Order: sequence, then C-alpha cells, then structure tokens
Amino acid sequence: MKYRLMATAFALIAAVFTFMYSNTSAHAAGSGKITGTVKLDGTAPHMKGIDMSKDPYCAKLHASDPAHLEVVEVGANGGLENVVLWISDGLSGAAKATTLPVFDQKGCMYTPHVLAMNVGQDFKVTTSDQTTHNIHPEPNPMNGNIPWNRSQPPGAAPIIQSWKAEEVIPVQCNIHPWMHGYFVVVKGPYATTDASGNYTIENLPAGSYTVTAWQETYGKQTQKVTVAEGKPSTADFTFKAK
Amino acid sequence: MYAKKLTRLSIFAGLLAMLALPSLGFAQLTSYQEKEWLGVESHIGNITGHATAGVAPYRRYCVGCHGELGDGNGENAQWIDPKPRNFQLGIYKCRSTPTGTLPTDEDLFDTLARGLDRSNMPAWSTFSKQERADLVAFVKHFSPRFQSDKAGPPIDIPAEPEVTDDRIKAGQAVFLRAECWKCHGVTGQANGPSAATLTDDLGKPILPFNFTEGARPKCGSTDRDIYRIFMTGLDGTPMPSYADNIKPDEAWDLVFYLRTLMSQNSKEKMMAKKLGLKPITPPNGP
Repeated sequence: MKYRLMATAFALIAAVFTFMYSNTSAHAAGSGKITGTVKLDGTAPHMKGIDMSKDPYCAKLHASDPAHLEVVEVGANGGLENVVLWISDGLSGAAKATTLPVFDQKGCMYTPHVLAMNVGQDFKVTTSDQTTHNIHPEPNPMNGNIPWNRSQPPGAAPIIQSWKAEEVIPVQCNIHPWMHGYFVVVKGPYATTDASGNYTIENLPAGSYTVTAWQETYGKQTQKVTVAEGKPSTADFTFKAK
Repeated sequence: MYAKKLTRLSIFAGLLAMLALPSLGFAQLTSYQEKEWLGVESHIGNITGHATAGVAPYRRYCVGCHGELGDGNGENAQWIDPKPRNFQLGIYKCRSTPTGTLPTDEDLFDTLARGLDRSNMPAWSTFSKQERADLVAFVKHFSPRFQSDKAGPPIDIPAEPEVTDDRIKAGQAVFLRAECWKCHGVTGQANGPSAATLTDDLGKPILPFNFTEGARPKCGSTDRDIYRIFMTGLDGTPMPSYADNIKPDEAWDLVFYLRTLMSQNSKEKMMAKKLGLKPITPPNGP
C-alpha cells in the first residue's frame, strides 16, 4: 500500500516535470538564427592616431601600441567591426535581452567602442584606468532618453543604467576629448560584428524579418530575411567607402 | 438607404479623425499642446505660479533671447555666448537634483533671481515672488518632460561642519583624488590639461570655472551652493556629478578647500595661509 502511494507520487512529480519542460521548450524563443558578414567596399579611410599627451597616464599605456580613431574599423577581408544589427521589423513583443552588457574604459579608450542593448536593458559602465573619466552620454531628450554626466575616478564602483527609448546615443569623456563611443539602443534581438565583420542574431522563431545594420560613419542599411526553425539564414551587408 | 449609410460612415470617419489628429505631430510642439500645457503650475513654498500669468512677462522680458517657442532661438540669440537655454529640452545647469533629472520649481525660481554669472542672463530680482513663480510655470510649459516626469529628489546636504585645518587638508586630498585639476587646474585657474578642449551640449567651446579671478560660481556662491554644484553636476556642460564618488562629509571638506582657491577673502583662505598650504602636485600632472 505504502509503496503504491510512493509510486503514484513519483509518477505525479515526473508528470509535472515533463509538463513543465515540454512547456518551456514550446514557449522558448525560436531556434532559428541570422548570420552573416558586414564588409566595406573600397579603401578604408585612414584612421588618424590619437595624441594622448594631455594625460601622461594614458599616453604611457599606448607608448608601444599607438591608439587611433575607431570610426571605421576594417579587419581581415574587408570585414567591418562594430556594426550593430537588429531585427527592426517582423518580430513584435520580443522579450528584452537579460544579459548585462559592459562598457569599459580601458587605456583611455572605450571597450567596446559601440555597445548595443535593448530598450530597458541594464548596462554597466566600468573603469580599468588609473585616471578619472567622466561618462557623458548625450541623447536627444525629446526622444525620451535623458542625458546625464557622471564622474568615475580610479577604482570607482560600476555605473548601472538603462535607456527608455530606441536611439543611437553618442557618449564621450570631456576630460579625454578623444574618447567617443556609442550606445545603440534597439528593440528586439541584436548583434554586433566582431573584428572580421561576422555576426549572428540568435534565438529567432521562424518568420520573415527586416534586419537593420548601423555603422557610425556609413549609416543604416536594411535587408529582408526569412528564417526557418533550427537552421541559420544568411544576410551579408556591404557598406561603400565614401 | 445607401445614402443614409454613407452619411453614417462619414460621421464615423470624422469622429475617428478628430480623435486621431491631436495624437499626430507628437515629436514637435503644436499650438494645441502649448495651449493644453498652459495649465502647468509651479509651487514654491506657499506660492502657486500659473503659466497663463507668465505669458505677458515672458513676452516682454524673456522672448528676445529664449524665443517665442522657448527653444533658445530668440532674435538676440545669434549674438549671445553662451547661448540662451532651450526650455523644450528640460536640461538645466543649476539643480538640487541628481544628474539626468528635472530641477525642482525652487531651483528654477532661484536661478531666475540669481541670474547666471558670465552670461547674458541677468538677475531678475526685480520681479515679485509671484511673478517669478508664474514665469517658472511658463518656462516649464515649453517642455514635454515636465508633463511626463517629476523633478528628481533633491540631494541630501548634511549640516555644514566647523571648518578646521584638517578638513581643509582633507579637501585638498579630494581635489587631487577626484582630479578636479584636470580641468580647473592645480591652482584653480581653469588651466588644467583638459580645459582647452571642453565643449557644451551644443558643441560650443566652454571654459571651466576659474576660482582665482573673483567670478561668482554659475549656480550660487554660498557654501551649500558650491556643495550642490559638484555633487549634482551642471547638466549640459562637461561638469559631471561626483555624487557617486565623494561622500557627504568629504564634500564639505572639498567646499572648504575650494574657498582657499577663490580670490575672495574667507576664513578658509586665512587658515590655508597660516598652514602654508601649497598647491597640489599630481603624479601625472602638468
């Protein structure tokens, strides 16, 4: 009698668990993805070197590896780095990403130079430097994102913030005027190209989407892409050098 | 029968259009919104300011610089540097509230009476308190932010402690650690290594405050005003908020030290002289 009761209980628990797991997989974001390469067509513009002599601490860090502007970063085979790609149409009600993107101030440069995130997603600003920075994002307050300006001396605690609306927000350090970067705030799944210009937008349900690619110097491009469950679709982009 | 249906349909469509029209053009100010927002009030102590009562004094005294739409593009604006404030953005230098938040009504009220030193904004202390409160309400009515957001919570300022030699020295250590000297210079002469490249939110060159030439700080000259300036930051300028990195007690130390840099006579200045306090020598300094 006792054993039969236990067996029933086990069976019940097992049933509940199977139900829960089958439920999550059915409701999880899709298993499709969009992958591709973003390239620059033409000669990459010359990226000027940065004179950091105003702050000897910064200059010393780049003594053997001089820093240069990062507005067009071209890698192997013309791949463009720091291009943000996101699903701009075709997917409504996607949950915002739950990761905590990190924007580090390292060697008096922004790492990464471009940080993508969702509307309402927290991001973290840290400093690895032994010199004071001020983080000064300047969105247009008419869009709903409010500018702020906070100092971050060496060893200061990270700053955690989020943005209310979609916008490409320039961010700068006034103390080190060469430090310029971007927060790219979008809705829906996103990805940023690596040093070879490759990207993958993951966890997409089957459907047809518009992918928008943004590069800080060359602007935006869009492409229509159809995604099937469980297999990658390809969308390559090419920006023309001016 | 058919005609009746058509009239009904057109009435329905008309109603729909009437409902939909006001929601258009949200990105820019419409005269419709301006009228609606004229209901804005300000509250300073027991005085209530009404935007509607601010219309006349604004048109008489403010419009020349700040413009009909409050966008800072009045007819005098082109001759003025720094440029008149764009009230539509709702970004203000002089606040008692944290960086990235709206100022309180009192903040705007005080700025009006104080004026902004080294700019074309005079001290409007000639207005009665009621008139100033009305103007604050009218200035607020230009920005959609005052419709949707509340003012930030004013920062806590503990009671000012007694100034001591140790506090002045501690304040100097804060000045060094927070790297105020990067812009303001080691002696407060606005000649730090980053001073020359500073720009405001319009991209125009802007100077850091020079403590040594007898000028008044933009957002007030009392000890509490100075405390507030570096703890809230001056939004729209390169001056950041140090609230994350300077503790309230240290902030008072810094206020005392800043007094020693200023050309105006003060107790702190005398004490520093007696102490023989030398300017800081930052390790990575000029």
